[in-house]
Amino acid sequence: MKIVVLVKSVPDTESKIKITADGSGIETQGLKFVMNPYDEYAVEEAIRIRERLKDDTTVVAVSLGPDRVEEVLRTALAMGADDAIHVGDPAFEGGDAGANARVLAEVIRPLGAHLILGGKQGIDDDAAQTIPAIAELLGIPQALILTELKIEGNKASARRRVEGGDEVVELTLPAAVTCEKGLNEPRYASLPGIMKAKKKEIRKVGLADVKLDAGQVGAAGSKSKLVRYHALPERPPVKMIPGDAAQQAKELARLLREEAKVI
Amino acid sequence: MQYTLTEEQRLIQQTAREFADTVIAPAADKHNREARFPREIVKELGRMGFLGMLVPEVYGGSAAGNFALVLALEEVNRACASTGVTMSVQSSLVTAPIVHWASEDLKKRYLPRLASGEFLGAYALSEPGSGSDAASLVTSAVRDGNEFVLNGTKNFITTGLEADVVLAMVRTDPSHKTRGISAFVIEAASKGFSVGKKEDKLGLRASSTTQLVFEDLRVPAANMLGDLGGGFKIAMHTLDGGRIGIAAQAVGIAQACLDASVKYAEEREAFGQQIGKFQAMQWKIADMAMHIEAARLLVYNAARLKDEKQPHGKEAAMAKLFASQIANQAAREAVQIHGGAGYLEDFPVERYMRDARITEIYEGTSEIQRLVIARSVLHNLK
Repeated sequence: MKIVVLVKSVPDTESKIKITADGSGIETQGLKFVMNPYDEYAVEEAIRIRERLKDDTTVVAVSLGPDRVEEVLRTALAMGADDAIHVGDPAFEGGDAGANARVLAEVIRPLGAHLILGGKQGIDDDAAQTIPAIAELLGIPQALILTELKIEGNKASARRRVEGGDEVVELTLPAAVTCEKGLNEPRYASLPGIMKAKKKEIRKVGLADVKLDAGQVGAAGSKSKLVRYHALPERPPVKMIPGDAAQQAKELARLLREEAKVI
Repeated sequence: MQYTLTEEQRLIQQTAREFADTVIAPAADKHNREARFPREIVKELGRMGFLGMLVPEVYGGSAAGNFALVLALEEVNRACASTGVTMSVQSSLVTAPIVHWASEDLKKRYLPRLASGEFLGAYALSEPGSGSDAASLVTSAVRDGNEFVLNGTKNFITTGLEADVVLAMVRTDPSHKTRGISAFVIEAASKGFSVGKKEDKLGLRASSTTQLVFEDLRVPAANMLGDLGGGFKIAMHTLDGGRIGIAAQAVGIAQACLDASVKYAEEREAFGQQIGKFQAMQWKIADMAMHIEAARLLVYNAARLKDEKQPHGKEAAMAKLFASQIANQAAREAVQIHGGAGYLEDFPVERYMRDARITEIYEGTSEIQRLVIARSVLHNLK
């Protein structure tokens, strides 16, 4: 069986995000990028499936983006993925989820994947659209936001958290699924894994390698356009009201009426 | 000289950092307060490959090298210096000399189990009557057929309580001082091996420090490292490597002091503003950051030289001396920045201060480091 895991390079959750002066994006200079945390569950699940099946199953990690995604692919290899593909081309830049899914579907199609795994969403844009769109383009079933996944022959049984309970879905492979926190506990990359990953080649795939033209990919192939980022307004400073309770209440009432104009 | 980390070095550093932040650090205060060895964490370090970084792949290690090792050690020690010293001893003082001087048979027998963490190791040089003057050790080893019979007491042995194998320096010839010492790999399960007094220490409380007692302990002659009488050279060369690890430990402790200080200086307010806005605090923090940067580069340099199999004794001594000094300075200032809170167990800086102290003492005191440096600089003394 062939398992494809889609991994994304996203800003570290602890980094401070700054918006560029023109509002078109975020400052990437000096920003630390890591594997999207939900994708870690996907990599772990793929490796566990391979370990359970104990057959010739292989796990391929695929990432679309600039050169820095190779670091995330290297992490996936160090965790135990067998191969890695970097989907990168200047023409792919600035794509929306639809355009990115079109490229990724074309990269995945010739791989003959039985299972496509990814995180439930990227923690950068929180769109949660790419994998569902890939499933549509490939014409295969999908189940999203899983907390349990069982593979039996050509069937997958997936448990998803819904409001007030769980839902169990059965899918016929090939299928695409996205992973939620709680599905598993992602392993740390082992030192031997890291050293082995160093020796593996990351295959690079560009526009010339997919059956698409420049107008169908990247910004040119996108139907939505990111217009502007806005930072959240900074919280105004807290005003402490001095005095005893009676004075405080009187002052608070005055401020609510005169400054906040809410009473 | 510039140190740009390779992709795999960054991955190793990142993996160690994540494990240190999410697993080691949260449990560190409890382990240290209860003086309890973090066995599960050390086992996990073994499973992840962090105990086999100097072990070749054929013996189950990753052969990641000394540079990668100091990157990982800094991260582990930032979270818990007791865990860090266990890892440093296992790598630099136990696996490294076995890799360099042991027979193929010994390598096959011990390295895979040490690299995976199934076995823990200790290094036994000091004795009740010999510390810095290591060559005056008296634990005796007398040949009897294909075996040596060992008698004596080793002192201040890190991981002494948990160790499964011990690399021990013993006297095989009383008529020669340095050339009368040989190195043996001893199994703790051997008859005649016992753990003596467990020391109650100022710091590193989650790591055991014990006496080891050998009473008519029989070791196969095949368990000798290198040649008969070559033990002192092995011990000294091994400590050159160990010092790089302790220097990395000191940088890790210093970094933990800086991290805690920055956090506190940004949170705590006094006189109506964050204390980090006061120049008195800024100067302390600036000095700490500068010292850490300098110490880290000394550590990187020594590790790189060792990886390139170049002479590194002087550089290791410089890295260890400087890093241990700035770690103690950083710890003192970190407590000062925290004020009264820094003196309490509620904040980690008091632990950093207690842990930092030993880095100026073990694996060669600061005085011995200066001796090593001076001897490599002064060539023409009569």
